[in-house]
Amino acid sequence: MNRIIVCLKQAIDVSQLKVDPSTRQLITAGAAKKISDFDKNALEEAIRIKEKIGNVEILTVTVASEDAKTVLREALAMGADKAYMIMDPSFKDVDTLGTAYILAEAIKKIGAFDLVLCGETSLDSFSGLVSSRLAELLELAHVSSVRKVSVEGDAVIAERALEDSIETVKVKMPALISVTREINQPRIPSLMMIMKASKKEIVTWTAADLKLQKEKLDAKIEVMEVLAPKTERKRVKITGETAQEIAEKLVKALVEEGVLGR
Amino acid sequence: MIMVYSEKHELTLEMLGKGREIADKLRTELAAVLIGYNVQEKANELIKHGADKVFLVDNQALMHFQIEPYLSILHSLITNYKPETVLIGSTRNGKPLAARLATRLQTGCIPDCNRLSVDERNRLVCERITYGGNAVAKMTFKTKPQIATIPPRTFEKLQPQERSGRIIKFDAKIEESKTEIIETKPLQVSAVRIEDADVIVSCGRGLEKKEDTALLEELAQILNGQVGNTRPLAEDRKWFTEWVGLSGHKVKPKLYIACGISGVIQHVAGIRDAKVIVAINKDENAPIFEVADYGVVGNLYEILPALKEALKKQLH
Repeated sequence: MNRIIVCLKQAIDVSQLKVDPSTRQLITAGAAKKISDFDKNALEEAIRIKEKIGNVEILTVTVASEDAKTVLREALAMGADKAYMIMDPSFKDVDTLGTAYILAEAIKKIGAFDLVLCGETSLDSFSGLVSSRLAELLELAHVSSVRKVSVEGDAVIAERALEDSIETVKVKMPALISVTREINQPRIPSLMMIMKASKKEIVTWTAADLKLQKEKLDAKIEVMEVLAPKTERKRVKITGETAQEIAEKLVKALVEEGVLGR
Repeated sequence: MIMVYSEKHELTLEMLGKGREIADKLRTELAAVLIGYNVQEKANELIKHGADKVFLVDNQALMHFQIEPYLSILHSLITNYKPETVLIGSTRNGKPLAARLATRLQTGCIPDCNRLSVDERNRLVCERITYGGNAVAKMTFKTKPQIATIPPRTFEKLQPQERSGRIIKFDAKIEESKTEIIETKPLQVSAVRIEDADVIVSCGRGLEKKEDTALLEELAQILNGQVGNTRPLAEDRKWFTEWVGLSGHKVKPKLYIACGISGVIQHVAGIRDAKVIVAINKDENAPIFEVADYGVVGNLYEILPALKEALKKQLH
């Protein structure tokens, strides 16, 4: 085993996202960004494989429409050896197929590899399509929903968490694995690791560097609107002197709502 | 044609329910795909639940779901019969299937749709929760076939009725699997489905000890409901294996009682379709009060026993 490629998305930190209450629009301009959580699990797993079998190069690939170097520094501090940032303003409106196409072309340009690791889905859009689409474009064997992996010779044994069973599969490398958050707890880089990472390289490629075909970046999906959900709740506070009084008032309200009784 | 497939039979039936409505609106046919080994007897059930046609692919090599064989069959079916719309069940196996199908066909895929409708221009409009529950996105397709994935228990299946339909045996070249299944261990899945509960009494980090769930159990029993919980109680404290929320179960009870739940957006996204939400929390600034119909600022260890007594009086 020589090389693991990890796909990282720079995602909007949804826990810090604000909504404009008058328009219900999300305020995405200037929103805090970070490595999508699931992708961090993928990177952590790559590092653990390297720690176990040694002599493995870990490369990360990121598709971005604006600079992602700050979050990529964190990936390098965690233990990635080199980061590739594929950045072009024209990537702003690509959807899952376009993103997978860019990743596939970048990975082809990077060259030989044994494993591609991805997060099962992304923190912000939560689509969970890109890793499967990438596997299809690269004609790779794909194992999804993976919560445990081990490398054995030229194969990977992976445990998949399905709805009603745990499935263990064997797949020959090269292969693409997408991981769930259960798989590990990503490390927090120390100050030392952060300092060491400043010497590591971030390679930037544009659409032209990859000779991407413009029509393949066209979105297949039209987004009609993205709005914060309406909260049409009554927001009535029930108060009283004692717990008993409160409970009785609450029960009365629920009876009036018609939600009690069988 | 609208084509529907899930490796989970029940989910196929649910999608046929919604598929029937859309097919009637668009005046097109509704077809179900049935793949497996010795599965013929399920074909009639698909027709009874709304399918005009059933494409049956029965082969010993298809006994277990594996992505490449199943993918190659659906791909041949779609290139042969050219459905405009394909609905795929959004399970752990179904979603990669839909994504790869959409890639092979160089088309769009909208995952995890919880609402589907047809607009005035006869476009299929899909709604899905995004940005960690902060928003609902409304989307449509620019290319055909259009592929949408539907999570379990999103739509209702139709009452079965005798109707006519055609069963078409389909023979396709089956691609070989690139992975080998070594072992399948069934999981203990609780027989009761929280999605079916009329009443859910749910707890969050405000609950101090696991044993205290007894308080909620008692209340749930009186209300003929079920007990739920948030993700931290499952993932961090390991008290439960499942949870209610965006990444867990999305529920739609008549009554949801949130006890000691702060109301982070990912949890709220899972209870959005509840008819009435009650919140009990010590912290008057907890965000759960913003999305609740009735809020009680107080200690759940005092409120719940009192509520139990008041409910007993009311219901017996």
